[in-house]
Amino acid sequence: MKDPVDVLIIGAGASGAAVAWSLAETKMHILCLEQGGWMNPAEYPSTGRDWEAKFYGEWSTSPNVRGRPEDYPINDDNSPIKVVNYNAVGGSTVMYTAHWPRLHPSDFRVKTLDGVAEDWPIDYDMLVPFFEENDRIMGTSGMSGDPLSPLTHPPMPPQPLGLSGPLIGTAMNKLGWHWWPSDTTVATMDYEGRARCINLGHCTPACAQGAKSSTDITYWPQAIRAGVELRTHCRVREITTDENGMATGVVYYDKDGIEQFQPAHVVIIACNGVGTPRLLLNSASSRFPNGLANSSGLVGKNLMFHPYAQIYGFVKEPTDSNRAPPTCLWSKEFYDTDLSRGFVRGYGIQFGRGAGPVFEAVASEQKGILPWGADHHRVFRKLNGHRIAVSAICEDLPEEHNRVTLDPVLKDSSGIPAAKIDYTISENSRKMMDHALARGREILETAGATDICINDPIPWGGWHLLGTARMGTDPERSVVNEWGRSHDVKNLFIVDGSVFVTSGGVNPTSTIQAIALYVADQMKQRLTNLFD
Amino acid sequence: MPDQLALTPRQRDDLRTIAAMIIPASDEYKVPGADDPAIQADMLATLGRDTVLVRQALDHLARLAGQPLSELDVAKRDAVAQEFRSSGGAAAATLVRVVLQCYYRDDRVLRSLGLELRAPFPKGHVLPDGDWSLLDPVKARAGSLRRAP
Repeated sequence: MKDPVDVLIIGAGASGAAVAWSLAETKMHILCLEQGGWMNPAEYPSTGRDWEAKFYGEWSTSPNVRGRPEDYPINDDNSPIKVVNYNAVGGSTVMYTAHWPRLHPSDFRVKTLDGVAEDWPIDYDMLVPFFEENDRIMGTSGMSGDPLSPLTHPPMPPQPLGLSGPLIGTAMNKLGWHWWPSDTTVATMDYEGRARCINLGHCTPACAQGAKSSTDITYWPQAIRAGVELRTHCRVREITTDENGMATGVVYYDKDGIEQFQPAHVVIIACNGVGTPRLLLNSASSRFPNGLANSSGLVGKNLMFHPYAQIYGFVKEPTDSNRAPPTCLWSKEFYDTDLSRGFVRGYGIQFGRGAGPVFEAVASEQKGILPWGADHHRVFRKLNGHRIAVSAICEDLPEEHNRVTLDPVLKDSSGIPAAKIDYTISENSRKMMDHALARGREILETAGATDICINDPIPWGGWHLLGTARMGTDPERSVVNEWGRSHDVKNLFIVDGSVFVTSGGVNPTSTIQAIALYVADQMKQRLTNLFD
Repeated sequence: MPDQLALTPRQRDDLRTIAAMIIPASDEYKVPGADDPAIQADMLATLGRDTVLVRQALDHLARLAGQPLSELDVAKRDAVAQEFRSSGGAAAATLVRVVLQCYYRDDRVLRSLGLELRAPFPKGHVLPDGDWSLLDPVKARAGSLRRAP
């Protein structure tokens, strides 16, 4: 039998890396098990001439399409939004757009302000030191002073506006609407051993330059130097418990597929809003027949995705196409509740700079604006290199019927039951998306765009996996307490997006990592009575 | 088995014919059609994980055509193509995507579009910084964050 470790972290992505790094200073024996492996930037898509084609196969954002041995399948047939993720050291920070807004202070008080959902048991101010620390380690670029966003202090200047930015900014100014250069985790100058962005463009499916921050090149090297052990290609099947209801360790399959047991004094789950409830439900036992940490019955429930309403069009002027990071600007014009719009809460906007030629051809043919036959060439030259896009990140409110359960049939390559998603877009979200599409059309038309198309929702837009093990002070209405510890299992913690109470209208990774650092800090402060 | 043998000769003929219908050659733009031998060879060599769906698409196309697609008269061929695209589902979409992704990485085509014949890495691209005074109206309007009690 293996020697027990002090802390066992499951998952080496955004939150697992952050919590590992933070806890390393305790000098405890910390082990992280990750089902994926280390990435090799020399194999990233942008290093080859077939860089765009890979997006439809081995570098798809969907684990179901990608089907790498490290991936696990997800039954999302009963959802208009499909789950996208990545499984490796770095997790989905390997494959993300690096857009880096934070939740707003008001997002933590939704019930109080708008009478819907629940307030968080923590607030924005409590997270500020951890946002700041995280921004420093991940390395952010942007422009301080946005009047409609929380004040941030990016250590690097913003990305260039390029060709697309001025087109969007001019249109927004004509409309009198807010816009601002996005905070991103794209390094715009050499930073902490990372080379500056050289505009490879195709950087969502991993950055060969290393300019886009992912935790395999930020947190992990530091955590490992500080003594954290990271064991790759280890897929955890279940968390085990003893007669006192305490976690005792995990059963996992090692890189050779051999079943192993790793005892641990503390278990931290960092598997995202789908992987975490899946693991908890797969850890059911006679003592916890409905799944581990699930006395509330809320494990897997309240799944929030952020339905993306996207609208795009084509301008006469050349845009950045694939020659820049995909996002550079945001707008918070419609972020806060205005009941005259017919819905509660709101959405952030991220603007898209353009697309590469293959993506443009495939997408435009599918939309019916790129014809077959002799006119194909003329139309393609009108479209290619002329796209600008408006994507609204609509705040999804928690609803228990939106959930993650275990699929009765589907299993991963290790024989572990897979996750099943049941999700519908709510009436409030629907109204919000319609509003966003109408405003997006105004923006595009003001910019002079034609051939306007929509993705409503972006079908493979389930990037943000939130709410399925939410935090709260009431054990009957939440899965973990206000510092991330399971109400039911006193040595079990959750630090990923599962703990979100509400979703806000922004990309969540910055807030996920700030929460992971906050939970780690709380653990360090309570080491002597962690299990009380 | 090499990928080019994954399709039967009849399927390869139909793939070539439908590819030319999607993207014919153009003297005006000085580009080959998607039935060009080099582009077809690229498709066959890189079908990979798309092979099954492309086969399904070609089977569907063969059923609609009833004979080799190239032997139909133009009107009938166009009608079959339209029906193929509208009723072919994910398989037809995959076939079309395979045609497009191989066509739009061909050197002659990229050259015609004014694009460089290279991978993005390591050279990357240069972006103009842009006119940051565009932000002045936003700064002037200011605004404030919603309060959070």
